[in-house]
Amino acid sequence: MSTETVNSETMSIENDTAEAIHSETRELPLGKALNAGLRKALEDDEKVLLMGEDIGPLGGVFRVTEGLQAEFGANRVFDTPLAESGIVGTAIGLALRGYRPVCEIQFDGFIFPAFDQITTQLAKLTSRHEGQVSMPVVIRVPYGGHIGAVEHHQESPEAYFAHTPGLRLVSPSTPNDAYWMIQEAISSNDPVLFFEPKSRYWNKGPVDLSASAAPLHSSRVVRTGTEVTVVGHGAMVTVLLQAAELAQSEGTSIEVIDLRSLSPIDYAPIIASVQKTGRLVVASEAPGFVSISSEIAATVTERAFYSLEAPVLRVTAFDTPFPPAKLETTYLPDADRVLEAVDRALAY
Amino acid sequence: MPGLTGHRHRQDCEVTVAETTQAESAVQLLSPDGTLQTDDVAAEYLPYIDALNDEDLRQFHRDMVITRRFDLEATNLQRQGQLALWPPSHGQEAAQVGSARAARAQDHIFPSYREHSVGMIRGLDVLDIIRLMRGVSNGGWNPKTNNNFHLYTLVLGSQALHATGYAMGINFDGDTATGNPETDQAVIVYFGDGATSQGDVSEAFVFAASFQTPQVFFLQNNHWAISVPVSVQSRIPLYLRPQGFGIPGVQIDGNDVLASYAVTRKNLEEARSGGGPRMIEALTYRIGAHTTSDDPTKYRGDTELQGWIARDPIERFEAFLRTRGEGDGFFADVATEAQDFSADLRRRTLALAPPSAEKIFNHVYSEPHPVMEAQKQWLADYEASFGGNA
Repeated sequence: MSTETVNSETMSIENDTAEAIHSETRELPLGKALNAGLRKALEDDEKVLLMGEDIGPLGGVFRVTEGLQAEFGANRVFDTPLAESGIVGTAIGLALRGYRPVCEIQFDGFIFPAFDQITTQLAKLTSRHEGQVSMPVVIRVPYGGHIGAVEHHQESPEAYFAHTPGLRLVSPSTPNDAYWMIQEAISSNDPVLFFEPKSRYWNKGPVDLSASAAPLHSSRVVRTGTEVTVVGHGAMVTVLLQAAELAQSEGTSIEVIDLRSLSPIDYAPIIASVQKTGRLVVASEAPGFVSISSEIAATVTERAFYSLEAPVLRVTAFDTPFPPAKLETTYLPDADRVLEAVDRALAY
Repeated sequence: MPGLTGHRHRQDCEVTVAETTQAESAVQLLSPDGTLQTDDVAAEYLPYIDALNDEDLRQFHRDMVITRRFDLEATNLQRQGQLALWPPSHGQEAAQVGSARAARAQDHIFPSYREHSVGMIRGLDVLDIIRLMRGVSNGGWNPKTNNNFHLYTLVLGSQALHATGYAMGINFDGDTATGNPETDQAVIVYFGDGATSQGDVSEAFVFAASFQTPQVFFLQNNHWAISVPVSVQSRIPLYLRPQGFGIPGVQIDGNDVLASYAVTRKNLEEARSGGGPRMIEALTYRIGAHTTSDDPTKYRGDTELQGWIARDPIERFEAFLRTRGEGDGFFADVATEAQDFSADLRRRTLALAPPSAEKIFNHVYSEPHPVMEAQKQWLADYEASFGGNA
């Protein structure tokens, strides 16, 4: 990639916040890293379109698309009518036309009007065309809690979509991954649901503009340890790192894996870690029943049974609707809940 | 509005159907006895008919007769256990043939699942539809190599949004409204009276109006959504519904192939010249069952059915052609051609090989996927474990 281009484009809106670490690394909040990644995708391929509610002059309710309509025009970055099925359904038509639409769903809890178009149409059209047509559509979904918002604004609906063959699901946890994974998702010829941990939009981290850290569908060890493996995705990775830090102060060594890809799941680093630690705790903000967490627990039990010293334990939200926000810290797993499970795993 | 006073509850549905059908607004160029209309409404559309030559008109007849014959063949194949399902098009040939012939080569067609003649006219091998209904494929044809005839869509109304998105793309590409109708592109999407109640159709109206897409919504109102009469879907004639979205609508006699052709031609030309989206409601009737899975005698009366059989689109057009001098020889030749076409279709249907097990996994994704590869291998190993004695 051209460093000059990134300097002139990315820095144009990042002068106030960007902090040069070296010539190809910038310190960006996750939301701004997404903005920079989207800008790069729009520059690299004229077939890339951004579409959704309030993404034009406003730049989206989280400002992830801020400035992009002004820069690329209303034929590349445009506001749609307020209709999620319409957004995804017309994105399918645009993909048939040869475009690579990137849809923004405003909040996790508002994706369900589009559920039919995503699961019965988008997910199946490549196989229904017997591979003669691709569906390079990205659906960006700000998801998860920790922001104290009203109902339908803090949910984690990823399991509904992970259950659907034909879709790919990813979720970055860091600004660097956000910058690269959004570009890789847009480059994919398959539909990708891109879950953005909205509570992390404002957290800064280094973004290496020179090279992607890992392939899109890979999980990654983000902290090494020896006694217990913990796995999570999105904002949960921060909680897991906090838990590992606390555990270390108490003498327990935890290995943390950032899932990154929810479908397919990259099991190799997880299995390798479990073979080392013998214990696995899977954590998620979503309800645990029929979840990504259950899937990992089942698969690791099948594939690494003789390495396990304890059952795989899940730390999830409760199997209830997302409660009123004043209860979210009780509802969502925190570092203490993770450590409680770690202690149980170690007790076997 | 006439539809409001004309509304009846379900038990009185035959009254509603009759009233809707006899809407004075419906454009008709051929009366049921095959006489060319010359009133003011017809006069607006007759230039499109005048531009057709004798061979064009013969082709309309050929299309309708062949479709009716292979539709019967496919219905029989289903009854004989050779197809999982067949949605018959008997009775709707004029609506489909006229509108399909009105589309230009560069146009894109988004069908529902009963537009067999539209596919045939666009050059699709009808066997591809048979494969879908036999359980050999879930679609499988490539729109790019079938003159832009897109896949059937069985989830009602979903395709309206795909068509609208496609038409948005035509706008973005600048491939419409340049003033050259020979190259300017437009989209036509087919759907039925039941589908008009789907939210996706209303959302498609919203997007089409907002983005002023070059698009014709072609509604075949065949009066029954399986067993539910159109009066349950709408209290007003359906051609009025898109007007609330800012999309003009027109109602036609859908059993009049000339009206279907001329009105679709006019609306497509308006759409491709920058006029924005429009809708056509073709009043027609499904003579057969919704699909081979239902029994229409349980929900509709014979009087109504006989009334529509008397308005048969093929007989009407044949009468018109005879007044223009076509003789018995032509009609006999077409009947033979239709017979041969359907016999060939039957032979090829029975020769269709079952799909290979690999098809379960192939093309679920465009790019390599570890789960697909692992499960395909597992199945192959599992089947091999029987040593060929499975």
